[in-house]
Amino acid sequence: MSPIINHYHKMADNNNLIVYCEYDDGRVADVSLELLTKGRVLADRLGVKLEALVIGDKLEGIEKQIFPYGADVVYKVEDAKLYPYTSNPHAAILINLFKEIKPQICLMGATCIGRDLGPRVSSCLHSGLTADCTSLEIGDHKDPKTGKEYTELLYQIRPAFGGNIVATIVNPECRPQMATVREGVMKKEIFDANHTGEVINLEANKYTDPADFCVEIIDRHIEKSKVNIKNSPIIVAGGYGVGSKENFQLLFDLAETLGAEVGASRAAVDAGFIEHERQIGQTGVTVRPKLYIACGISGQIQHIAGMQESSIILSINNDPNAPINAIADYVITGNMEDIVPKLIKYYKKNSK
Amino acid sequence: MSLNIIVLAKQVPDTRNVGKDAMKEDGTINRAALPAIFNPEDLNALEQALRLKDGHPGSTVTLLTMGLPRAAEIVREAIYRGADCGIVLTDRALGGADTLATSYSLAQAVKKHGNYDLILGGRQAIDGDTAQVGPQIAEKLGLPQVTYAEEILEIKDGKVIVKRRLEHGVETVCAPMPCVVTVNGSAAECRPRNAKRVMKFKRAASPSELAKLPENVVSMVNANPELQIAEWGAAFVEADPEQIGLAGSPTKVKTVENVVFTAKESLCLENNDEQIENLIKDLIANHTIG
Repeated sequence: MSPIINHYHKMADNNNLIVYCEYDDGRVADVSLELLTKGRVLADRLGVKLEALVIGDKLEGIEKQIFPYGADVVYKVEDAKLYPYTSNPHAAILINLFKEIKPQICLMGATCIGRDLGPRVSSCLHSGLTADCTSLEIGDHKDPKTGKEYTELLYQIRPAFGGNIVATIVNPECRPQMATVREGVMKKEIFDANHTGEVINLEANKYTDPADFCVEIIDRHIEKSKVNIKNSPIIVAGGYGVGSKENFQLLFDLAETLGAEVGASRAAVDAGFIEHERQIGQTGVTVRPKLYIACGISGQIQHIAGMQESSIILSINNDPNAPINAIADYVITGNMEDIVPKLIKYYKKNSK
Repeated sequence: MSLNIIVLAKQVPDTRNVGKDAMKEDGTINRAALPAIFNPEDLNALEQALRLKDGHPGSTVTLLTMGLPRAAEIVREAIYRGADCGIVLTDRALGGADTLATSYSLAQAVKKHGNYDLILGGRQAIDGDTAQVGPQIAEKLGLPQVTYAEEILEIKDGKVIVKRRLEHGVETVCAPMPCVVTVNGSAAECRPRNAKRVMKFKRAASPSELAKLPENVVSMVNANPELQIAEWGAAFVEADPEQIGLAGSPTKVKTVENVVFTAKESLCLENNDEQIENLIKDLIANHTIG
């Protein structure tokens, strides 16, 4: 059993790293566990504790899902009115708790919740927030103007400007340093199945005001997504070069033949060829399949950030100089409308 | 009831159509090579505002944008589509702002304008994709926020009922007004320009634009308040110099890189049957597929 301490004691400036954990249906969200995994590495580098914060209803035993990922402390705020998530009460809890415990870093998922909550908290605390980071590191910084030196800042690294460049952002003066990260970007790994720590239960009413509960959820339909590109071992992805919604059908045919899922670049999604759920890249899903077949994808950084760890990459593109070809294992230069049917034909011929 | 609606919008470089000349040799952005457009999701927000105006006679829609003086272009565009008027918040002192300094500046402009029931904006701008400015403005103004809105369903008893589109489904929420609502790209597309409005408002201009126009146009605009696009500076909205621009931004860009990926040794295949069949055979043989 973990020691349970039923109030907010000795919460001084602790300088720790805290992860806001999302929780639904009895399970801590994957993105939160991924951030705990990354958070453990960063906390060790800084020599501080890794903390987790869970806010919601029916949180009994939730810490058992969190401790194996390396958390030293789990703060729990349990109250029926805190579920489902609404912005102001959750924001009030983070703001008031952070004023007490003063973490140096706060990480959250770049989900609908994290992207709603993070900015509200950062605005109130006047702390910098960087959205959709693809990498987090600890490092030093020297202000080019003042020459002031800072040690052990959080490097928040993300593609910027539509994904054409990569920027490293730092928050030299303000705390906590806040960042959101999309699901699948960091790897989820058990730190120690027997790892345990301290549970601190916090009273919702101490951290929220009745006026925070002003937005009412009238109706809620949550469906499990039918698309599962994240876990598919083979992905057939199309870009703007596919040209039309109709041409995407070819990719679906190939995917069906190979037992694959269909993904897309942002340009293809923006052009309306395919739904956003299938977008791969910094502002979509990050994938690591065995085989990634990129059709008509030029390879902007923001896309490559979400698929570069694929084991084998096959690029099919009209342009022999498409940037994605540089990271591809196989390149076929030519018309995708020509080549995809051949892939289908020869797979059918050669597979058992 | 009639409503006073402020629509927040941004003029952005069209990052969706980035050509090869978009980046300079030194890795910085060649802004001249990118056309400036009305941020797409802000157009979705404008449409929601115009629908409310249609359904609630006597309502006003004011476009508020922060940027360079040329952002008056998107104010005019909004007026052509049905907005009543607009404000460009522009000042050198506001330059280099991160999302927090931007939201502070815009919140100051909203306060200066006063008299609002609803503040609408796009979920995010395509040049940053942060989705932070909407919620941060809500916090700065002490208002509730509804993000990821797909449709404003109803205004009832001083409350707004909104359908939200989330990762895994939809949620309908009821929020007291005034509040901030950020609108998704999945919402209804914005109506096109109205030809009569284009004729009527084509001379609408901001003071910066008027400075470059002939005297007769200037006196015509000066005589007609409907054609005047307001231009506000940092001092006018009583912004604290410590909280705006680069100085007011807690996040600093440490480095910006044009990333070069470690190239692999690629095998280039011909687009012919033999080579494609051999590729498939190889992928089957090493258990990648099949």
